[in-house]
Amino acid sequence: MIEYFEYISLLIIPLFILFTVLYGTFKKVRVYDSFVSGAKEGPAIILKIFPYLLTIFVAIKGFQASGAFDYVRNAFYGVFAFLDIPIEAFSMAVIKPLSGSASTALFADIVTTTGADSMATYMSAVIMGSAETTFYVLAVYLGSVSIRKARYLVPVCLVADFIGIVVAIFVAKWFF
Amino acid sequence: MNILWLIMICVSIVFAIFTGNLEAFTKSIFDGAKSAVEISLYLLGIVSVWMGITRILEDSGLIYRIAHLFKPIISRLFKNIPGDHPSITAITLNVLANLFGLGNAATPLGIKAMQELDSLNEDKGTITPEMMTFIVINTASIQLIPFSVIGILANYGHRNPAAVVLPVLIATAISTMTALLVLAAFRKVFK
Repeated sequence: MIEYFEYISLLIIPLFILFTVLYGTFKKVRVYDSFVSGAKEGPAIILKIFPYLLTIFVAIKGFQASGAFDYVRNAFYGVFAFLDIPIEAFSMAVIKPLSGSASTALFADIVTTTGADSMATYMSAVIMGSAETTFYVLAVYLGSVSIRKARYLVPVCLVADFIGIVVAIFVAKWFF
Repeated sequence: MNILWLIMICVSIVFAIFTGNLEAFTKSIFDGAKSAVEISLYLLGIVSVWMGITRILEDSGLIYRIAHLFKPIISRLFKNIPGDHPSITAITLNVLANLFGLGNAATPLGIKAMQELDSLNEDKGTITPEMMTFIVINTASIQLIPFSVIGILANYGHRNPAAVVLPVLIATAISTMTALLVLAAFRKVFK
């Protein structure tokens, strides 16, 4: 079932591109020139996004390296032990919205230290699969159209992330 | 974002001083800058490719046909998009790419959607309700099968990596719905 689904998702992009160029040709579009003129927009978009991405990344990397994260983790240790939730799940919950590469590294670490079939691994897997790298998405999407006033979007995303992670922990506990 | 950034920077520096991680902290700032450059270069490639493909969609008029097809579904969440606007197509393609876990397509198509939504924006530089809905859907991460997680689990010898599929699906479905509810609640308060 999964393999079948994986094959479909591998097919989507090639088929979509094939259909697009054939349909374009059918409609008498010079697809090569069309593609080139579209691709020309790329660099200008990235130049807009870059400063936003840089600003966010500097803050995230600094936060991770400063030791602040370990302090927060230790502060929550008792609460999580009391609720019978592995502390690793908490690390994952905090890291995932901040950084995709760091969460992948953390996940690999959790799998090796607690074992592939542990509760900590299972819970982290559900969190990793169901949460998104929120700050990266915000930087890229807001940056791409130079939004300076995001109004209440950031608090909405943070509240939604928090609820999402609580949901993921409970769903994982329920299934394990 | 301003307050959040300020807090992160100040808290990090204070902690770095107290825990003696100053050297690591300074290094991490430049590491952050380096990853921003690397990710931008990666984005430059995939965004340009998708801008090329979507330009063919525009020139052939296919973008309006797809918009027309998906308008009934998309307009339930995005009420203020007029006619068969190209943003409907970009949003549809982004959501589909996310569902199928096609990260290389989802982000560029999301950027395209933001640009199309911005073309409807009368007050440039300020976010519109449609953009907020779009970003919230994207940060809630709707995905049918989490291939990357399954891949790592399989690599480390998990008995049955596919066991995460159902809980992830349930968790993302609930979190996407609650995210939209949270947005609706904030919208009421800040009106």
